Amino acid sequence: MIRGLAGVLATLLLLAGAAGAVPVDETTVHDVAAQLRCVVCQSLSVADSPSETASQMRGIIRERLAAGESPAEVRAYFVEKYGEWILLAPPKSGFNLLVWVVPFAGLGLGLVLVAVVLRRWSRKIPPGAPAGVDPALRERIRREMSETENP
Amino acid sequence: MRASWLRWAIPAAVVPVLMLLAYGFKTNPREIPSPLLDRPAAAFTVTTFAGSPLSLEGLRGKVVMLNFWASWCRPACYEEAPALERTWREYKDKGVVVVGIDIQDRDEAARAFLAEFGHSFPNAPDPAGRIAVDYGVYGVPETFFIDRNGRVRFKQVGALTDELARQRLDTLLKEPS
Repeated sequence: MIRGLAGVLATLLLLAGAAGAVPVDETTVHDVAAQLRCVVCQSLSVADSPSETASQMRGIIRERLAAGESPAEVRAYFVEKYGEWILLAPPKSGFNLLVWVVPFAGLGLGLVLVAVVLRRWSRKIPPGAPAGVDPALRERIRREMSETENP
Repeated sequence: MRASWLRWAIPAAVVPVLMLLAYGFKTNPREIPSPLLDRPAAAFTVTTFAGSPLSLEGLRGKVVMLNFWASWCRPACYEEAPALERTWREYKDKGVVVVGIDIQDRDEAARAFLAEFGHSFPNAPDPAGRIAVDYGVYGVPETFFIDRNGRVRFKQVGALTDELARQRLDTLLKEPS
């Protein structure tokens, strides 16, 4: 069964080869490489790393694109071998969706909170209403004001 | 009274963040489970340093211990090298083949490494790194244990020891083919 599949795959590859290697755009190679994590570095993409491993991986990307694979297929090949770990950006599905949703949800929640608090503050001080001044103090101010006006 | 729920809301918001951080810092970013376990081992055909062809397909029916190494990989590859040869000598008549794949290396340095340890099991270079990527190798040494049916069953990251090799090989040899 597996042998059969391998045979089919080999035939397909041969056919792709016979059809002539697809011309590969270096920008496409770079685009795919930029999505993959360099396996021997930390936090560097295969496109950015000067290491030999990364250079070999770029060679493999180029080779697979030339054999007629789409950028998504090349990416899938690396995921199949290394797991999702190889992708610099986690895919937007399953548990990983949290990584994409939580920051925006947090931002939204924060904005709502700020809006609510602001509205409360503005309701607390109605315009033109001298709220909560001690009547005794008000009386004293009035008295002193009239004293300065009529000495 | 309005402030009372706020006083609780802030610590309550901090708790999940702390929990997430605690989880994140506990996991080792270098420890990656291989997606290849229990899946068919990628086929390859190489020419060994001795000049003979070797294909994984041709080893079907045997337990294969596939070791990725490099002459520049110090000290781990040097530490495990004697154990590899000892394992090969102990198991070669029991249906086990030890295969070494040399990655990102210079021919001369690789041959010197093999001569230094007197490795008598087949070793071959992987000049374009295709086999290494097919096996999801991210550092050397890494060792894969492939069962008689050609499935990757165990992966060892870092230097291999006699005990570990024995334990894995005995497990696989006990299984019916």
